[in-house]
Amino acid sequence: MIMQAATVNYGNLFNITLPETILEVVSLVVLVVDLGWLRKSAQATRMGVACMLGVLGCVGALFWLLVHPTAVSVDGDALVATPLVAAAQVGILLLSALVFLLSIKTEFSRNPGEFTAIVLLATTGMLLVTAARDLLVIFVALELLSLSLYVLTAFAKRSAQSAESALKYYLFGGMSAALMLFGFSYLYGLTGTTNLTLMAPALSGGTVPLAIVALVLVAAGLGFKVAAVPFHLWAPDTYQGAPAPVTALIASGSKVASFALLVAVSDGVIAPFYSANGNSWIVLLLTMAIGSIVLGNLAALAQTSVRRLLAYSAIAHAGYMLLGIAAHTPQSGAAVLYYALTYALTTVGAFGVIGIVERSTGSDRMDAFAGLSRRNPLLAGTMLIFLLSLAGIPPLVGFWAKFNLFSAVLRSASAGNWGLALVAAALGASAISLYYYLQVLKRIYVLKPTQDEPLHVSSIELATLLLIALAVVALGLLPGMLSAWIPLG
Amino acid sequence: MMPLLTVLTLIPAFAALIALFAGNRASVARGVAFIAALASLALSVWVWLGIGSAGSDGSMKFVEHASWVPALGIEYHLGVDALGALMLLLSAIVSLMAIAASRKITHQPGLYFALILLLESGLFGTFTALNFFHWFLFWELSLIPAFFLIKLWGGEGRGRAATQFFVYTMVGSVALLLAFLALFVSTNSMDFETLARLAATGELTTAIQAHLGPISLWLALAVVLGFAVKVPLMPFHTWLPATYAKAPTPVTMLLTGAMSKMGVYGLLRLALPIFGRELAEVRTPLLILATLTVVAGAWAAVVQRDLKRVFAYSSINHLGYCLLAIFAVALPSSPNSATSLSQTIALDGVALQMFNHGLTAAAIFWFLTMLEERSGGQLHIDGFGGLRKPAPVFCGLMGIALFSSLGLPGLNGFVSEFLIFRGVFPLSWVPATISVLGLLITAAVILTVIQRVFNGPLAERWKDFPDLTTGERLAVAPVLVLMLVLGLAPQLVMGSINATVMHLIAGWKF
Amino acid sequence: MLAYTIYLSFAGALMLAFLPRAWNAGARFFALAIALAGLILALLGFIAGSGQSTVAVADLAWVPSMGIHYTLAADGISRVLVLLTGLAAVAGVLFSWNIGTKDGDRANEFFAFFLALIGGVYGVFLSVDLFLLFVFYEIAIVPKYFLIAIWGSTRREYGAMKLALYSFAGSAMVLIGLLAAYAVAGSHTMNLHELAQYPFPVSFQMWAFPLVFTGFAILAGMWPFHTWAPTGHVAAPTAASMLLAGVVMKLGAYGCLRVAMALFPHGLDPWGVSFLGIDSWRTVFALFAVIGIIYGAAVALVQNDFKFVIGYSSVSHMGLVLLGLLTLTQIGIDGAVLQMFSHGILAGLLFATVGRIVYERTHTRDLAQLSRLQLGKAMPFAAWLFVIAGMASMGLPGFSGFVAEVQVLVGAWQAFPWFAVVAGVGIVVGVAYTWRAMQRAFFSEAWAHDPSAPIPEYEPITWAEKAGVFLLAGTSLLIGLYPRLLLDAITPAVQALPHALLTGGHQ
Repeated sequence: MIMQAATVNYGNLFNITLPETILEVVSLVVLVVDLGWLRKSAQATRMGVACMLGVLGCVGALFWLLVHPTAVSVDGDALVATPLVAAAQVGILLLSALVFLLSIKTEFSRNPGEFTAIVLLATTGMLLVTAARDLLVIFVALELLSLSLYVLTAFAKRSAQSAESALKYYLFGGMSAALMLFGFSYLYGLTGTTNLTLMAPALSGGTVPLAIVALVLVAAGLGFKVAAVPFHLWAPDTYQGAPAPVTALIASGSKVASFALLVAVSDGVIAPFYSANGNSWIVLLLTMAIGSIVLGNLAALAQTSVRRLLAYSAIAHAGYMLLGIAAHTPQSGAAVLYYALTYALTTVGAFGVIGIVERSTGSDRMDAFAGLSRRNPLLAGTMLIFLLSLAGIPPLVGFWAKFNLFSAVLRSASAGNWGLALVAAALGASAISLYYYLQVLKRIYVLKPTQDEPLHVSSIELATLLLIALAVVALGLLPGMLSAWIPLG
Repeated sequence: MMPLLTVLTLIPAFAALIALFAGNRASVARGVAFIAALASLALSVWVWLGIGSAGSDGSMKFVEHASWVPALGIEYHLGVDALGALMLLLSAIVSLMAIAASRKITHQPGLYFALILLLESGLFGTFTALNFFHWFLFWELSLIPAFFLIKLWGGEGRGRAATQFFVYTMVGSVALLLAFLALFVSTNSMDFETLARLAATGELTTAIQAHLGPISLWLALAVVLGFAVKVPLMPFHTWLPATYAKAPTPVTMLLTGAMSKMGVYGLLRLALPIFGRELAEVRTPLLILATLTVVAGAWAAVVQRDLKRVFAYSSINHLGYCLLAIFAVALPSSPNSATSLSQTIALDGVALQMFNHGLTAAAIFWFLTMLEERSGGQLHIDGFGGLRKPAPVFCGLMGIALFSSLGLPGLNGFVSEFLIFRGVFPLSWVPATISVLGLLITAAVILTVIQRVFNGPLAERWKDFPDLTTGERLAVAPVLVLMLVLGLAPQLVMGSINATVMHLIAGWKF
Repeated sequence: MLAYTIYLSFAGALMLAFLPRAWNAGARFFALAIALAGLILALLGFIAGSGQSTVAVADLAWVPSMGIHYTLAADGISRVLVLLTGLAAVAGVLFSWNIGTKDGDRANEFFAFFLALIGGVYGVFLSVDLFLLFVFYEIAIVPKYFLIAIWGSTRREYGAMKLALYSFAGSAMVLIGLLAAYAVAGSHTMNLHELAQYPFPVSFQMWAFPLVFTGFAILAGMWPFHTWAPTGHVAAPTAASMLLAGVVMKLGAYGCLRVAMALFPHGLDPWGVSFLGIDSWRTVFALFAVIGIIYGAAVALVQNDFKFVIGYSSVSHMGLVLLGLLTLTQIGIDGAVLQMFSHGILAGLLFATVGRIVYERTHTRDLAQLSRLQLGKAMPFAAWLFVIAGMASMGLPGFSGFVAEVQVLVGAWQAFPWFAVVAGVGIVVGVAYTWRAMQRAFFSEAWAHDPSAPIPEYEPITWAEKAGVFLLAGTSLLIGLYPRLLLDAITPAVQALPHALLTGGHQ
């Protein structure tokens, strides 16, 4: 084992972390603006201004990322900036911006400034997670993200459910963070370095049972973040209790970041290790994948709350993505990222609609959606697009993402024995998923509404949702649009 | 060269469409039907004359031949020889008679006459077809209107009768279809003439053997079954009495006058040429059945109390002679000139008997219609009596028809029956002898009818039985004249028939 | 030009979806215009293509890195089926003419879903890229659900969900097969013709074929996966039933031929072992098809709901189609494609009679109740329409069904003699159930006990219904009398199918 002291290239580091810096600065600005100037203004104005500032911050960081594409990064750096990382970061920033746009009209919080600031901090954490390649940086970034999310979950102070779910999230998350750190410490002990790229050759040396333990613990931590079985127990309650924009954030950006990280860890570190040591890591991933797919789809069948339904479906989707990771080829990694990004986009839209319906009807049960197509056809249309994309119906992007992912899995050499069977199982499960998505759509389109008056939606929310829906359709028709960032095939 | 046969077949069909639009206006519908039937009659006379004048070699005339669905061996192949032309003539005459007899139809007349015309079209199509698809198309086409005519305008219990008629005939049709499908699979052809040629040389049996196995006898029996139901041959006749009785009488005219001939014609055109050898193998059982048909048909007529049923069974008897002759002709031994002469005579008789019986039976049922109209719907054999006095013309004219049916020399019925017996005796004397019984019993039946209906004491209620009106007399007269003419000068018809029959027999092999 | 059938339909659907609610009554006119345009294009395409084997329609790179192209082309079989779709679309709109006349009809949405379904169907028949074909196949699923769930009748939500889930499950099976084929063939093309040339290993074909065939056959209503069909068709509103039984089931059969049989012809080879006479997937599926023919016919014979009779008869007729496909003979496959067209037209006609003309007026489909209504006199148009449609459906010569059924039987005889016999029996049972339904519904004498009962009065037959009837019945009659109109296009296309297919499944 080699102990290598990597020299830190600070110039590089600054360049790479400029987006995060922008976000941090903006979060401070928001706090100042909100707690300073706008203190006496109306709640709605404060929320509007804060969210718009948040959007601006995200857009600014996005702009910088686009204008300064992949900066130079050196192997051995704690943070990297490859095209895939950049793609993931762009996606995360977009998602956060969308979450902000959908939060403008919400009324759950009396502290808009803090809300925006913490969301921006969470976004920062996501960006860092995506780019991190050093164990400590990974941990810090993950904690930044997680702590922000715990707080955000509890933000609806008037709701007991929000507080309870935040507590559950926090307890669960704290424990899995601890486990992960423990695993990291073993990895450091085994290899003498915390840098992922330096760790890889060190691990491929020989079989060490301790390494397997370490990997299991790491898997626990990362599995928690993506809500895979058996680390999923927090998801339904959290999705249900948190305010709608927060759930959107948890379901979208946080997932993208975690999967990006998982791809990096799995491909970069573990791949060389397990190719010499049998398939224990793959078996682990596959177990988690199958469990997630089966449990997620079956449990979703029985739900009456749309939020919990989407939570269990999120577990199932995580399962599909884990299959992609288990295939560990560059194509499958790109496919997982593509899937995560498009899934996240769709989910933001879906939770946006849920938030609007909840505000109007006061409930997240399926029956609250009854007759939505009559009350607001445009809103219903966007929900139709989102749910069908989640089900994987062409010509929406969800279908494409699934196709891409499964074909990448089937083409990977290591998938030989298990690939076809598991893809078949995954497709079968996604056939089941159509049932529960159709249940929601049935309420929206088929059943009669309980309240007849039209459901009013503010123009900015409607515009955002339409934009997302349009993107889902466009990406479904022309999936090549993203191929500049994420190569297909 | 105008496609005469196609035009002939289509005239009634188009007229049917026009008649449909007449709706409830009976006179319009009847008028349309009349005109169409007259036009058809004219055309069929033209065809008949054309047959006679185009030389008497007996081959097919007015042939129309075009490719239709080559993949299935289906061609548009029409043609008539003297036999076919005679049947066309018969169909046209009987249809005209049926339309003339349908004066009292008040309920949905447009539909009624449309169906009658469709039936006529079906008859024309069947008698001119030389390819199985075309033939089968019109065979089935005639079935549907017949069913509805019975079902919608018939008497008590017509539903069951109609269904029975349909089911029986359908079973026969299915058997025919299967047999011809098997033939197609073996030979790739559905053309009657081609199949007949193959059968004569023996290639057909070989082909069937090669493709399907030794089932040519079963195919033959299937084909015979299809026709046996139609003619009918006992024991497949059980649908007939009920149907003839329950159907509206003009429809019965069509059924007995023309539709039953489809079966006999089918045996002549399809069964004998194509399956001659196989029929020769089962000749004896078939002859037994034919004899049974003749005798039992006549015997059953004796015990009937309803006049329509009497003549229904009598029809069975009369057509039994045709069947007798046809099966007798299928002689398995090698032909010498005496047998072939007898065969020719027998088949001449069959052809003539078809025409004669058609004419006669239709005429009798026409008279029954008139009787029915005057008696308020009942036709019980004991319900009349002494009608000779109030209605002498009626009695006289109906008498002519009845005596023709009996086979009185000088009327047409005699000639055909004579020819049949003359031909069958040398070929197979036992069935022929037993069938003579049929003649005797028929005589008894007819005379009984005359006795009960026209002679005897005149019942009170029939004192004012109206005689035939002038219109009715004029309408019926041509038919009766034809009966007389044919009885006295059958060679008007027999010349062409004989040539055709000789031509046909020359090409058959048993 | 043929591609515009697809584009017009989707564009029409989109426009209808955004139409303001006040314009409800106009929705049907708009839909009719789109459907007619589609039909005219299909007809023109059919005529223009006669004499050519394949008409290339469009070819664009879509995701070139994965070898996926937007390729449309139409050979004879596709042209025939596109024509069928056009006819069914126009007829469907005509028979839905009353939607939009009442408030709350949601006519915009109805016709939007209808046109979206049509667009998807056009797409499947025209696609040459396998991925594209699958996309269109899946697109068709969701409109079906909504059409039935919102505007249907008996147990509509259950029927809709069952139909959607079965279709989706079938398509999932197909997708697995597709993905596997794509991966095995090197993942650089999804073009049907190129994949058909690829020599997939026989062991691969042996499991890929039954998987993909079953997936498509579920949509085609093959026994024992057919149970969605009667429930769904009965639950659906008339236009949807016409489309579902008439065209959408044909999607399944088309997929069986175009994808399963063309890509994996050696999946039909004998296994080498034989259980009770079953020696290959070909025999297995032929057996299922034949059971479907008999079972569908037998069950139709005992139904008391008029629409269920037609629903089960569709299962029976589709069994005949599948049998024809599996004979692997020129004549059998010709017959199968012709039967697809013929049954598409006739199913439309039958559902239109039962659902629209009778049910809309009498509000009952129970045969016992109908037999008391003297419908033969009260609704002569409907009665005679059913007679004609029924005769055609029975296979009466002169209508389109006869030639098709004869061809299938002849082909079946060459391949599976015993199955041909059973199929023949099934056709005879078909005569029986049609007859029974016709008798009881229209010409029954149950009312004869009370002859003075007045004949019920019903609304007259609208012009839209008459137009639809003449369109469909006329087509069936035309094709029945001159089947070469279609066979001339079908036969060369069948001959052009991959060589391994028509050698009878053996080498």
